[in-house]
Amino acid sequence: MADTETTQPGDGTGDAIQNDPRVPPELDRNVFITTLDAVYNWGRKRSMWPMLFGLACCAIEMICTAAARFDLARFGWELMRPSPRQADLMIVSGTVTKKMVPQIVRLYNQMPEPRYVVSMGACATGGGPFKEGYNVVSGIDKFIPVDIYIPGCPPRPESLLHGFIKLQEMIDRQSVRTVPWYRPGGSDVIPVPLLGPDIIDVRRASEIAERNKVMAESPALAEGNAQGQA
Amino acid sequence: MADVTTTPPLTPAARPARPERAEKKPVISMATLTPEMVAMQQHFGEPVIQPAPFEGVLITDTSKVPDVALFVRDELHLEMMTNVTCVDYIKEGYLEVVYHAQHITGGAPLCFKARVPRDERAVLPSITPYYPGAEFQEREIYDLYGVRFTNHPDLRRILLWEGFAGHPMRKDWHEAYYEQENKPYDSRWPAGHHKLAEERVPWGDNVQYPPGFDPTAYHGNPDEGLYNTMMSEAPTGGAADIPFSETGIRTDELIVNMGPQHPSTHGVLRMVVKLDGETITDLKLVLGYLHRNHEQIAERNTWLHNIPFTDRLDYLCGMANEMGYVIGVERLMKLQPTERAEYLRVIMAELTRIQSHFWSIGFLLNDLGAFYTPALYFITEREFILDVFDQVTGSRMMNNYMRFGGVARDILPEQLARIRLLVNERLPRAIDELERLLSDNEILRARTIGVGYMSAERNIAYSVTGPLLRASGVHYDIRRADPYSIYNRFNFDIPVLYGGDVFDRYRIRILEMRQSLRILEQALAQIDQTKPGDIQAGRKAYIHRAPAGEVYSRVETPKGELGFFLVSDGGQNAYRYHVRSSSFINLGAVKEMTVGQKVADAVIILGSLDIVLGEVDR
Repeated sequence: MADTETTQPGDGTGDAIQNDPRVPPELDRNVFITTLDAVYNWGRKRSMWPMLFGLACCAIEMICTAAARFDLARFGWELMRPSPRQADLMIVSGTVTKKMVPQIVRLYNQMPEPRYVVSMGACATGGGPFKEGYNVVSGIDKFIPVDIYIPGCPPRPESLLHGFIKLQEMIDRQSVRTVPWYRPGGSDVIPVPLLGPDIIDVRRASEIAERNKVMAESPALAEGNAQGQA
Repeated sequence: MADVTTTPPLTPAARPARPERAEKKPVISMATLTPEMVAMQQHFGEPVIQPAPFEGVLITDTSKVPDVALFVRDELHLEMMTNVTCVDYIKEGYLEVVYHAQHITGGAPLCFKARVPRDERAVLPSITPYYPGAEFQEREIYDLYGVRFTNHPDLRRILLWEGFAGHPMRKDWHEAYYEQENKPYDSRWPAGHHKLAEERVPWGDNVQYPPGFDPTAYHGNPDEGLYNTMMSEAPTGGAADIPFSETGIRTDELIVNMGPQHPSTHGVLRMVVKLDGETITDLKLVLGYLHRNHEQIAERNTWLHNIPFTDRLDYLCGMANEMGYVIGVERLMKLQPTERAEYLRVIMAELTRIQSHFWSIGFLLNDLGAFYTPALYFITEREFILDVFDQVTGSRMMNNYMRFGGVARDILPEQLARIRLLVNERLPRAIDELERLLSDNEILRARTIGVGYMSAERNIAYSVTGPLLRASGVHYDIRRADPYSIYNRFNFDIPVLYGGDVFDRYRIRILEMRQSLRILEQALAQIDQTKPGDIQAGRKAYIHRAPAGEVYSRVETPKGELGFFLVSDGGQNAYRYHVRSSSFINLGAVKEMTVGQKVADAVIILGSLDIVLGEVDR
């Protein structure tokens, strides 16, 4: 790059590695100077290993995206790993049910950082057509942070590819100086939800307990929540 | 098949509106009284058996249910218990458990029913000892309706988890986001702006808890009951208590969880296997990880609303599911689709069958260890069929194509030409290539022949349908056994193989694809005689009303028999909407197929079943 001052970390131009005037002429074309971010992001975004993990209908389109016609390998993403320990990316491809969400949170916790989450399709994003169902979570982002949302029911392979490209652009904008996984302390582990009379988000447990106590005392408040004991 | 019986016209007896139904003595017309019902009445007599409203017979003495089941199986020779489900008649104050049993040679199923009160007396004797195929279905009824079955081998919740509050399919149980009983709902923005579902509920989320429930003190474990049924006597003193085996080595059985996140479970299925070394000694399935409440949502929806939801049942063969549903509703409404629509339906259903079988064979090979390479060939071919779907219906998978009385869009000549090209040129070659590649492959044969054997009798007992049943020598296909649509116009065979193992289940799918091509050739030749544009009988409508009645309609999807049990109370919604899904019921036989086999074979046995979790859990 001509001038490091004009290149902000992660401005999306990291790929265009050009010669620097400070490099002696005899080392021209042998030594390149660039930012750490540019190299770091360039490598990461082109060797994403998604987790081999399908939930519902969207998983079929995800498999089609990885197959011959749409060929995810063009983007360097073809290596689907069945183990979360080897995966960088979780594609939440389908309806997230209350029974499944503890497993998804556990898998997310098992993934090493840096990790990304793509919410594929209407169900994973917000419940989709099944939102009103009693066993359906209204979007995976109620439990784990999501980087890219892809609309559609199911999204066509083209939209999934578009989502991947958007994720690559997002990775390109990140900087090692600011990303959370190099900060002291690291990221928090998300507590695994419990399956009780209904799904229990452990982070909200004391709030639920308190509110439930109040509601048990005043029946008027409990009006909207009278079904739990049915 | 020798006896190609046509479906008797379904004429549900004219019945009063629902509130009065309990008072009026149910009358059944002689036309719907089948010889089986007469035999039952003669054997059990009036106090036990009565004609039921709608269809079938009612067992008034519920303790006699197992006797009736045994009589039906052994005397009437209705070998297969196709469908067991429940209807909640809340106004009348009872739950009605509905059984459909059928001859394996074909014909319409016999329906019998039993009623239990809606309170804690909702107890019924189980028929699982006579019909093992009822095991999962009774567990589902227990889970969703709270009917307890005595003498059931393993009565636990199946789709939800142990500890869930309530039985959600009961009509008085309301989900957290409950708005109204039926769609179409009132305006969601009466004040000029809409309100999110999350804003209407106390927790700001799709949850509800019993009053006074304290999650900080909750220590329930949903898996406890499951492991208790699988553990033998737990060694209390550690390794010293483990007995010596015949070989003089201390061995212990090991419980391994496969799934719900596992590459070979075809979705979010969980298999809990008990292993002795590598041999499976016990297996339990945990379902419900994709239970997205299809049936409950469908009972709130209008009739038309449900068509796109059926696409998402077995999401690999959307149009086969739609066909089952629209045929059921058409029987209720007494609607006859137009000729051209019938042909379009058959063309789409058979193309669906081919692409589904491509997928299933590809992923069976995946499970066998040929990671992704064979599957890539089949997905490539499947994409060409999806292109056709995309052009004709506007979507690759979730087609939403069929309507009551017809289909949504007509087909263009160039699209027909494309299908002809596929059917005459590309697909036969692809299937030939597939056979050349695989059928004589030594590794494939070594891994699959003799593995996962299931005899015809056991398959029938477990209510297994589809390619699995035909691969064990039973000539049973709804397209011939209980013909629907226009399948009786076509000249095609029902392939049958006798091995009953994984290899024959693979091979029968190839043979079925060839038969589907035969049907397609004929349908594509005959569709030219129909009138273009004539795709919808009657008027297009958003709100349909079905006359009161009930219907059990079934079609042969690539996975097996897909049944829709629909009850209408005359309104614009289904009063009861039940999906009898073949994937779900076929899974009941997995235990018997896998016990005694190696754990690596459990993977391919599951692959040979070709389950789709959307249909299993619904």
